[in-house]
Amino acid sequence: MTETKQPSFRIRGLANPTRFLALLDKIMIPLVILTVVVIGVGLYMALIDSPEDYQQGATVRIMYIHVPAAWLAMFAYTMMTISALGTLVWKHPLADVSAKAAAPLGAAFTFVCLTTGSFWGKPMWGTWWVWDARLTSMLILLIIYLGLIALWHAIEDPIKAGKAVAILTLVGFIIIPIIKFSVDWWSTLHQPASVFTLEGPKMDNSMLIPLMVMAIGFTLLFTVLHFKAMKNEILRRRIRSMQMQAARQVASGNRAAATQAASPSTGPSASH
Amino acid sequence: MSAMGALFVRDLKLSIRIGGGALMGVLFFLIVVTIFPFAVGPDLNLLARIGPAILWIGALLATLLSLDRLFQADQEDGTLDLLLLGEHPLELVVLVKCAAQWISTGMPLVVATPLLSLFLNVEPVGIAAVTATLLVGTPALTLIGAVGAALTVILRRGGLLLSILILPLTIPVLIFGVSASLGAVTDPAPFDTPFYILCGLSLLYLVIGPVAAAAALRSSQE
Repeated sequence: MTETKQPSFRIRGLANPTRFLALLDKIMIPLVILTVVVIGVGLYMALIDSPEDYQQGATVRIMYIHVPAAWLAMFAYTMMTISALGTLVWKHPLADVSAKAAAPLGAAFTFVCLTTGSFWGKPMWGTWWVWDARLTSMLILLIIYLGLIALWHAIEDPIKAGKAVAILTLVGFIIIPIIKFSVDWWSTLHQPASVFTLEGPKMDNSMLIPLMVMAIGFTLLFTVLHFKAMKNEILRRRIRSMQMQAARQVASGNRAAATQAASPSTGPSASH
Repeated sequence: MSAMGALFVRDLKLSIRIGGGALMGVLFFLIVVTIFPFAVGPDLNLLARIGPAILWIGALLATLLSLDRLFQADQEDGTLDLLLLGEHPLELVVLVKCAAQWISTGMPLVVATPLLSLFLNVEPVGIAAVTATLLVGTPALTLIGAVGAALTVILRRGGLLLSILILPLTIPVLIFGVSASLGAVTDPAPFDTPFYILCGLSLLYLVIGPVAAAAALRSSQE
């Protein structure tokens, strides 16, 4: 009794989905307001207030979307890896919900990163796509995200799917740095001293501050969307279990009716 | 250990028998290499330049296509349950099954490579290099593919999904395999550096593959 009375807001306390949902409802509105404010301020600073680049002109503003999206694309995978550990090691009941909610978000941020990079590349490099090491490894990350989502959708039972995806996520976490390294090797082998590396001039504060604000805003956005997606997933699983329960009841009802119909089969009248 | 030996012999026998499809992979390899010149033209200089890449792509696809039955046949007839309940660690079982799988599907590809290299006008040093890289690299493909096979073992049509999941993870092997092969024939590029990295990758996948595949098999059979 004494243990249950203590209100624990540790991670184990949140293992109860109902308590987790209650907490989400409490913090959701302030979180959304904060996100809107930070992204609004960030967009103003990035798109209107910040100076144009002396070489790139206004196209430099694409960076304020592109770079935070790239960070979040990698952050989402890290999030999924921690969730995968939660599924396999601690068997936390919300871990696979978190992993499932993070996968489409990670894919979306990766996609945003690739698309904005492509929009920037067309006027700057004169092409939509080059097989540069960074671009290629981002594309592979997108494919890995899509593969994980495909695996989620291939296995019907959410618990089994969660474990399978967790294993693949962990394997990916080990191999993705190797892929990144090998793509660097491959690219430098074919086009040495690439001019496309973005290690250029040191960034001025007038650009760095908007970028940081946008990064915080994107992180908040990810958090909001992640929580919302987790809530949806929990509700979806409840609906699923309710549907299965209902189907089981119908099935057992049918079976009872069938046995009743079968037992007085000697009687000539009723069922036929 | 004798149980593992028996498992190895059993898997080999099953793959050689009718319905096993051990030589299907080589046939597939041959047809992939054959259709490439139809697409890129019969220019022998061009083929000599991209020959190692064609051979690697062919070997990669042939290995992946034969992998989807690695655990599925055992799952269907109940052998997998016995293996899971047995006293031997599942990681070792996976390793032995991968070894048998490689002997029956991977090694024929390596043996066929010198002959197919001649079709592609690869020069003798290049032939030796491609064969060596495939000898070292195809076990890595089988081992990492085993993870995909274990993840998709309960699915009806897991073959396509297996390729989608595993192909991104094979990119490092492909890169270093092809660059070592090309390094042997083109002058400034080195052969040994990518070759040693390829060996290292194979060793790494030797660790990751059985552990992850065993974990996937356990979770799928719960």
